[in-house]
Amino acid sequence: MRMTVFSDFGRRPLWRGIAVILVMMASGFGIDRLAAQDLRIAVSSEPSSFDPHFHNLTPNNQIMRHAFEPLIFADESQNLSPGLATGWQLVDDLTWEFKLRPGVKFHDGSTFSADDVIASFERVPNVPRSPSPFTSYVKGRMLEKIDDLTLRIKTAAPDPLMLNNIAQVMIVSKAAARAPTEDFNSGKAAIGTGPYRFNAFVPGDRVVLDRFDEYWGGKPHWLRVTLKPISSNPARVAALLAGDTDVIEAVPTTDAQRLKADKNLIVASALSNRVIYFHLDQYRDVTPFIRAKDGSEIKNPLRDVRVRQALSKAINRPAMVERVMEGEAVPASQLLPDSYPGTSKNLKPVALDVAGARKLLSEAGYPNGFKMVMHGPNGRYTNDTKIIEAAAQMFARIGIEASVETLPPAPFFSRASSGNNGHPEFSFILVGWSAGTGEPSDSLRTLLGTFDREKGTGAANRGRYSNPQFDAILANALRTVDDKKRAALLAEATDLAMNDVGLIPIHYQFNTWAARKGYALVARSDEYTLATSVKPAP
Amino acid sequence: MTAFILRRLLQSLIVLLAMIVIVFFGVHVVGDPIWLLVSPDLTQDQIAEVARQLGLDRPIWEQFAVFLGNALHGDLGISFVHGQPAMKLILERMPATMELALFALVLALVIGLPLGLYAGLRPERASSRAIMAASILGFSLPTFWVGLMLIMVFAVILGWLPSTGRGPTIAVLGIETSLLSLKGLSHALLPAINLALLKVSLVIRLTRAGVREVLPLDFIKFARAKGLSETRIVLVHLLRNILIPVVTVIGLEFGSLVAFSVVTESIFAWPGMGKLLLDSIQRVDRPVIVAYVMLIVVLFVVINLIVDLLYCLLDPRVRLQDQAS
Repeated sequence: MRMTVFSDFGRRPLWRGIAVILVMMASGFGIDRLAAQDLRIAVSSEPSSFDPHFHNLTPNNQIMRHAFEPLIFADESQNLSPGLATGWQLVDDLTWEFKLRPGVKFHDGSTFSADDVIASFERVPNVPRSPSPFTSYVKGRMLEKIDDLTLRIKTAAPDPLMLNNIAQVMIVSKAAARAPTEDFNSGKAAIGTGPYRFNAFVPGDRVVLDRFDEYWGGKPHWLRVTLKPISSNPARVAALLAGDTDVIEAVPTTDAQRLKADKNLIVASALSNRVIYFHLDQYRDVTPFIRAKDGSEIKNPLRDVRVRQALSKAINRPAMVERVMEGEAVPASQLLPDSYPGTSKNLKPVALDVAGARKLLSEAGYPNGFKMVMHGPNGRYTNDTKIIEAAAQMFARIGIEASVETLPPAPFFSRASSGNNGHPEFSFILVGWSAGTGEPSDSLRTLLGTFDREKGTGAANRGRYSNPQFDAILANALRTVDDKKRAALLAEATDLAMNDVGLIPIHYQFNTWAARKGYALVARSDEYTLATSVKPAP
Repeated sequence: MTAFILRRLLQSLIVLLAMIVIVFFGVHVVGDPIWLLVSPDLTQDQIAEVARQLGLDRPIWEQFAVFLGNALHGDLGISFVHGQPAMKLILERMPATMELALFALVLALVIGLPLGLYAGLRPERASSRAIMAASILGFSLPTFWVGLMLIMVFAVILGWLPSTGRGPTIAVLGIETSLLSLKGLSHALLPAINLALLKVSLVIRLTRAGVREVLPLDFIKFARAKGLSETRIVLVHLLRNILIPVVTVIGLEFGSLVAFSVVTESIFAWPGMGKLLLDSIQRVDRPVIVAYVMLIVVLFVVINLIVDLLYCLLDPRVRLQDQAS
């Protein structure tokens, strides 16, 4: 048909000129990038810096992991394995000894040693204006050099999370350790040991990395990696379809099925460490967004465990996963999928039980339900608004008249955290949580531990759930160095809080990537998009 | 004229100050940025320490006083998110936005003027009516939808043009531009069309209205009677007269092209300052938002001034004076 429309195509000089230009442009896209070992990745948000100690945030961390490495690696399922440290052991309860990897070169040609680790750990708490510092991973850990490749870390109290935490600390060359963030952004100080080295960082536009040929861990496959932020979901998908990028992260659930059916693409997903859940106000006698059906003030029903159980039983998790998430999630029973250490194996996702929920509500003294406003962010988590709306309909079936108010993330988190004179403002909110360290101790401490500034617990406990028994078991777990015993204690704490319905877990998200045919992807649970996870298809 | 310019600048300063106050306190009402900045697993003390470093622990009026004091010394604050001076972040991305706006403006004029002239000179023809109908579409279609459709058709289905991003840049007099290479132009074409669409419609309608208005006037009749060629009448006598409103509007629209390229930039992943603004608003990065608004106010002031001065050139009858003087 195109031939008839442009019947004089190629005859007139103007058309011919345009055709030549178009062919030239098209040929630019036709380069065999796979053979040229040139990889282009479209990410969903841009990193704010190239300084590995500046901003603890996924879009930054994932790019940092190309150029820098920690002492201990976390693999795609967040299992720990030797990184720049080859082995470690406990000398006594308060002292860890690490053997460092010999023969590791930095990008500037210098040799890696214990001094670089010490310099990096000293740098972490001293990055000026860091919006989200890595300080908590190094705090209270004293480093001591034994020899060039042996290092001891001493702590004041037993430190069971040592390995998980230092796995988050990137090692920079001691030559760069005093450099300001700008020097990392410009590349001058961006000296790590990672498989790819800094080539260019153009804020808002791209990060370009080149292969580091002297990498200790075997030659990285790609000669050049370009990461471009495309924040608009449909535009990111379109860029992949148009062949302008080879790999995209954060495939929108609405497109996942379609992309899977496309023969020119491959899709890979992994169960993430991110749980989507409801937090319920349990600290106020009267909660502002719950009223009797006639609008009169009532006692906060969410303080009654039977009401919390009823709400959890009213949620049809399989339907939520199937309809709202289009299959890109699995129903949740706790804060982390039970394949992770420290999770409870006793818990199953709460099943839909409308009759049981109504009965519990009656027993609690709310046979006719109540009125409730649910709050949530819009655009922070996958399909967040749709999830709340679906839940509101499910609550209607047990007689709770729920209405939904979603806000942009900025005002939502501000009000949900401190909108009521420094305390949470809302009554019933949707939030998500990702367990970056691959075990649940941070999640339990921060989301369910009693809000206590002195002890540093419950900072994100926006429901203010508080159970002294839970706090005691958790505190015990955080002191227990033995992995098995600690895991058992964490599981016990989880059992307790979930049976108490301290919060209502809904589902764990999938992390989904897509690539053009000819590529092979390893999907990761920690949401990190890494060039090392992409290979040519065998 | 000097007095006119001086007084104009003084008025602008007041506008600028008013905008700063509105934006500064407006952003504060949106929410406390700290909760979107910190990693959620930090303890209360660690969060408080970040707030202290960023100055967010102080009362808002105190933060404002600090900001004003620094602004007088030319320091517009440091981005919460990037840790870099806000103005530097914006200026880094300004060339990308400027070139896109300029490209869109040229497209608007190159497409809009001839079509508008044609529709004005031959109003009865079906093709003229089609142009006017299309211009209504251009006005009413939402930018983000048109952008996605352009990507779908020209990048995904036909594969003629790249879907997103800015092409390679070449430095000219210290300014990086992507408009000087074929590949760069191919990247800029779709976003520029998307950005220009509304302006094309605007220029068409303005030009047509101008032509219809000027055509029956005496001086055109006189020119005809004098036996001047139709081409000369249209291109010299007619065009010069209708250019005044077009220049005014286009001048002001250039400001809005720069200021509101936000949607286009975010859909086409164009690394300009509009996308920076959008990201900054989402993260409540107040220093960047305030600096951006200040820059845009200054831009509009300068454009208005240029438009006024251009008037003088286009129409000798116009004298720049204030009502007061």
